[in-house]
Amino acid sequence: MMNFNTGAALLALCEEHKAAISEIMIRRETEVSGCGREAIWERMAHSFDIMKGAVKKALEENLETVGGLIGGEAKAVSRHSRNHKPVCGSMMAKAVAYSLGVPEVNASMGLIVAAPTAGSSGVLPGALLAVQEEFGLTDEQLILGLFNAGAVGYLFMRNATVAGAEGGCQAEIGVASAMAASAVTELMGGTPEQCLHASSLATANLLGLVCDPIAGLVETPCQPRNAMGASNALVCAEMALSGVINPIPFDEMVTALYRVGRSLPIELRETAKGGCAATPTGCQLCHEIFR
Amino acid sequence: MKEISIFDVIGPNMIGPSSSHTAGALKIALMARKLATEKIQSVRFVLYGSFAKTYKGHGTDRALLGGILGFSTEDARIKDSFRYAEESGICYSFETDDANRDLHPNTVDIYLTEASGKTVFVRGVSTGGGDCRIERIDNIDVDLTGDLTTLLIKQRDTFGVVAYITKCLSEYEINIAFMRLYRESKGENAYTIIETDNDIPPELVGQIKQHHEIYEAMVIKL
Repeated sequence: MMNFNTGAALLALCEEHKAAISEIMIRRETEVSGCGREAIWERMAHSFDIMKGAVKKALEENLETVGGLIGGEAKAVSRHSRNHKPVCGSMMAKAVAYSLGVPEVNASMGLIVAAPTAGSSGVLPGALLAVQEEFGLTDEQLILGLFNAGAVGYLFMRNATVAGAEGGCQAEIGVASAMAASAVTELMGGTPEQCLHASSLATANLLGLVCDPIAGLVETPCQPRNAMGASNALVCAEMALSGVINPIPFDEMVTALYRVGRSLPIELRETAKGGCAATPTGCQLCHEIFR
Repeated sequence: MKEISIFDVIGPNMIGPSSSHTAGALKIALMARKLATEKIQSVRFVLYGSFAKTYKGHGTDRALLGGILGFSTEDARIKDSFRYAEESGICYSFETDDANRDLHPNTVDIYLTEASGKTVFVRGVSTGGGDCRIERIDNIDVDLTGDLTTLLIKQRDTFGVVAYITKCLSEYEINIAFMRLYRESKGENAYTIIETDNDIPPELVGQIKQHHEIYEAMVIKL
């Protein structure tokens, strides 16, 4: 069976088959779904098209979000980075713009791919598409990246949680960032071990992040946190590719994230009763939206 | 337990903003729609808990109506589902119930009225990540997720009906993954819910309906 329940087992399969994480994940999916490799590839290619389409839409159209708390941020960053030297460099500026854009599409009832959730849907497209442009990668390479990211996300979904109501924002943006960190590491030629080191670092960086959406809407602080998740992914890929590691193995970080999530008070788990949502301004905005 | 697919992680592909409050809500309504045997004339939604509190900001109302119209979670028309419902001649209303605190926070009751006046009641729960569960159909407590092809049969509670159903399935070489039987009371209405590994052809549904103690048979597949 090409199946695995832990990061350690995934690495053992990569070693045994001399294959990348993305390849092992494709083979696993053919086994658990009973679908052919081509059908699975096509389905992921479709998801990739939706991600790209969402970024494009945010950069080209004027989007009106349901709650009106966000809108136009992707364009603003994109414009600013064209007219000024970006503080974080051009690739990071793109990652920021793209990852801000997808949540705008999401909040205006547009089409996105939950990855792993709708609230964190900007992280993977933001990090991956910025890397694609910078390094001239093909769409096929990026689709492989999504399979790699899916392996990491699957392990969190299986052994922890990806629901903000259960684990806070760390379970959404944190997991998305860990997924993207691993994908970028593989795309840049990193080993499977380095991929999971990148994920482990990304998780450690965002451990404890609370879910506190203003007015309970998937708008802010969700949107800027997507930009933070994407940039954290790139930072952690950079570290892992350089041989920097987190001494805590990936699987232990998955457990740590779950335990931290369970110990977060209910106010900080998607109830809109703590953090940003509970500030005087957060409450005022909530009142205005639902008036 | 069903194995997690990579498309549960990178997916669903959906119209935002919320997998639970938009996509999951739509799927509940989509399943409810499949329980109607004729054209739907009107629909009344009663929203509970978090659904009741935040439905406007999450487009839950538009998603629910989109499900009744048969839209998929990827359908861009969801945003304008009020208009599409009006064009299809479907009357709709939304109510909230803040008093009932025993239910799951993302619960909706759907009351459908068909052209002939026949009514269908469905209670659904959005369980997160775009998944949902149907908890009640008419007077019967059920547990339906729509993950597998599901055959829902309404029958009289009497001997031989289930044997007839399984014989039909066996003739079509269809494997049963899960099977449950519910009844209102002895000798009254009963429901057989069968989840299968294979698709169920319309001819098979027709054959099942031929039994004189079977009132309705329908296939629900998301």
